[in-house]
Amino acid sequence: MTSLLFLIPIALGMGLIGLLAFLWSVRSGQFEDLDGAGARVLFDDERPLPPSPPHPKTGG
Amino acid sequence: MTRATSPVIVTDHAHDIGCIHCGQPVAAGERFCCTGCAGAYALIHDLGLDAYYARRDANAPAPAGEEAAALDLSGAVETLPDGAQCLRLVVDGVTCGACVWLIESALRREAGVTAARVNLTTRRLSVTWREGAPDMAGHLAGIVRRLGYRPAVAGTEGADDPQKKSERELVRAMAVAGFGMMNIMLLSVSVWSGHAGSMGDATRTLMHWLSALIAVPVVAYAARPFFRSAITALKAGRTNMDVPISLGVTLATTVSLWETARHGEHAYFDGAVMLLFFLLVGRFLDARARGRARSAAEHLLALGRAPVMMLNEAGMAVPTAPAQVPVGAMVLVAVGERIGVDGAVADGVSDIDTSLVTGESHPQPVRPGDTLFAGMVNLSAPLRVTVTARGEGTLLAEIVRLMEAAEQGRARYVALADRVARAYTPVVHTAALATFLAWVLGVGIAWQQGLFIAVAVLIITCPCALALAVPAVQVVATGRLLRGGILLKSATALERLAKVDTIVFDKTGTLTLGRPDLLPDGDRDAADLELAATLARASRHPLSRAIARAAGPGPVADGVREVPGAGLEWQGPDGMVRLGRRGFVGPVSVPGSIIEGPELWLARPGWQPRRFTFADAPRADAVTVVATLRRKGYRLALISGDREPVVAAMAARLGITDWRAGVDPAGKAAALAAMKDEGRHVLMVGDGLNDAAALSAADVSASPGSAVDVAQTAADAVFQGDLLAPLAELLTVARKADRLVLQNLGFSLLYNLCAVPIAMLGHATPLIAALAMSSSSLVVLGNALRLSGAPLRFPQAPALHPQLGRRGTGRAAAVAAGTVSGQPKTAPREMRG
Repeated sequence: MTSLLFLIPIALGMGLIGLLAFLWSVRSGQFEDLDGAGARVLFDDERPLPPSPPHPKTGG
Repeated sequence: MTRATSPVIVTDHAHDIGCIHCGQPVAAGERFCCTGCAGAYALIHDLGLDAYYARRDANAPAPAGEEAAALDLSGAVETLPDGAQCLRLVVDGVTCGACVWLIESALRREAGVTAARVNLTTRRLSVTWREGAPDMAGHLAGIVRRLGYRPAVAGTEGADDPQKKSERELVRAMAVAGFGMMNIMLLSVSVWSGHAGSMGDATRTLMHWLSALIAVPVVAYAARPFFRSAITALKAGRTNMDVPISLGVTLATTVSLWETARHGEHAYFDGAVMLLFFLLVGRFLDARARGRARSAAEHLLALGRAPVMMLNEAGMAVPTAPAQVPVGAMVLVAVGERIGVDGAVADGVSDIDTSLVTGESHPQPVRPGDTLFAGMVNLSAPLRVTVTARGEGTLLAEIVRLMEAAEQGRARYVALADRVARAYTPVVHTAALATFLAWVLGVGIAWQQGLFIAVAVLIITCPCALALAVPAVQVVATGRLLRGGILLKSATALERLAKVDTIVFDKTGTLTLGRPDLLPDGDRDAADLELAATLARASRHPLSRAIARAAGPGPVADGVREVPGAGLEWQGPDGMVRLGRRGFVGPVSVPGSIIEGPELWLARPGWQPRRFTFADAPRADAVTVVATLRRKGYRLALISGDREPVVAAMAARLGITDWRAGVDPAGKAAALAAMKDEGRHVLMVGDGLNDAAALSAADVSASPGSAVDVAQTAADAVFQGDLLAPLAELLTVARKADRLVLQNLGFSLLYNLCAVPIAMLGHATPLIAALAMSSSSLVVLGNALRLSGAPLRFPQAPALHPQLGRRGTGRAAAVAAGTVSGQPKTAPREMRG
């Protein structure tokens, strides 16, 4: 039964973390536009990616 | 998607038959249907955003073009705390992620713009910029317009919007209750398993204390919406559903706490919090469905509320919101524009479409000195209008007075759920009290135990299913109607609609589209029509648009000259071609039978002038819908402000026997009052200023999306699109919803009849309570979902939710925009809801 002493706090703590994460996401407006959020991930980045480092010449 | 591939996409689209930008049919060899589309395409291409065409999953809206009235943006710009400027607009035509991307990318490329965000769900845009030209807002709105979307100014939706605030509170309460429910259940399940024998008293009490630790703060936080509402109701001397809810939850928590303190066997923390969670889910869905319908209705009004062009001291025309135009100011009204203010003609001679104001379908000639009202449409020549006072004696003041009188006459309708709650609450509380007394006095157990059983009765009868019975059905019904282009504005509209036995229609703009359509004529051949159309496509006059619509897409003649108030002329290869009034085209031979109504004549050298006649045709499905409604047993009536022959013809065509013509606004309201006195439940459908009083007087009312502000505000439901079918759908859904609500209420009652005796006998352990409550709620929710079946498939796909208001803003906007070709887009659009 001593295992309960740390298992219950862990369970409650994880639940609490989930609750806080949800409240944070509501506050930061992530539920404002559920239709748009799905499309948004597919947009290109505004800035192009930094140029990749030049490939080392192989077999030269 | 990189830019390198874009030319391929363009060629792909060029193979399509439609316009590259909007997909509407175009003339052979053309790439665009109109200059607006060409402009939008060029702009998108110049910005390097061609990827839009590959990304979109629906065709672009046809742009409104440059003719669209400028916006008065002064009310939409807000200075943020950090000094940046923020513009908030409603943008119409946003249908998919690609539109969002296009608008955001185009705006972000402007110098000074720091952020641009489009909300696809609410179709609101907010742009923030730090420095820029003085008219940065106008410039940014112009970009959105040139991309092919219609920006409009709506009431700014800040974070302090009370509706939004309460919705957020509900979400937070729901999250907290959900968290509490799951964690308490975790503990409760182990307690229930422990009843089998293996759990010691100390462990069980520990579990109960832990549950209490979670439940007490959760109830204190998440039940606040119910507490507040219950207290408000009690203060007003009423009871509502929230009174038993609040009492049940509070008592359950308190008694469980008491039980825990004395190491009791049972605690109802799980039941109390679960109840709260279910109820919050119902309430949140309800609030959101209503909020959506409300914002869609606002959106619709914002799009119709175009600014007027006011002349300032310097003689410059500045777009101004109608409400801000001072009395005595001079306003310019272009051809095809809806007049935004009440006033008198100062200069100009024109024809005016007064159908929205008086129901009269024939254009009325006006000359200097004549009075005009907001809502009329200027047809043939530009006018200057002096704004007059909106004092007593004007038509609007008269209408408002009639509406107020009608509102007062209408008894406040009490929602079914509230009526049930009024009867239910005392019964439940008496039952609980009786149980307590019977156990304590009759059987002679300790009062604490008796109280515990009484609380079990309260919990198990706590109107979980009952409180969900009505909102669950309403949410599903509202969603289904919204997908069909119908906005429900009143919470009790569905219940009132279900009782309707009589439907009263207005004619112009309701049974008809309120715009002229070309009548077929055997003498006319296709070449005549085509020739007329090549001229007519250059004009925005409603009759020209009707000809262009009838002829379909085609070439536009070069160098067409528009003679205000007379017609169009064009120097063709064989001489001067004219399209216009009788006197304008020269001497004509009028056929023996003169059909009254608007007409145009086409003349070219060496030919008899040809006559084109127009009429305000009924909506495409008006005949079938009216027949369906009659078959379903509704009594139909037609009350119009139009002249008798026109109304009689329409009534005969639709098979409505009960009709009245030439009725003024007061007469309409009186007619409805008379019907109500006969004990009938009347649905009024109307769109004009003259219908507003009747809309308020009816038991329930609906108006098309093209109606004037006043009518839309007075109506309980607004339906969109060019068809009447949504009205039939509205009535069908209302009747079905009514049936489902009654089933749900019946089920809740049955559930209580079974569960209450168990609880009264003291057998309702927390496990049984939890099972009974959750299963009854699920049954009620499942029953409500049966209503969500596919909405009616309209043959011409009316305005769906994502493009609310596009077609719905109706004739005036369409005429003003000048680009609506009248062919509804048949391209399938993705449906969102």
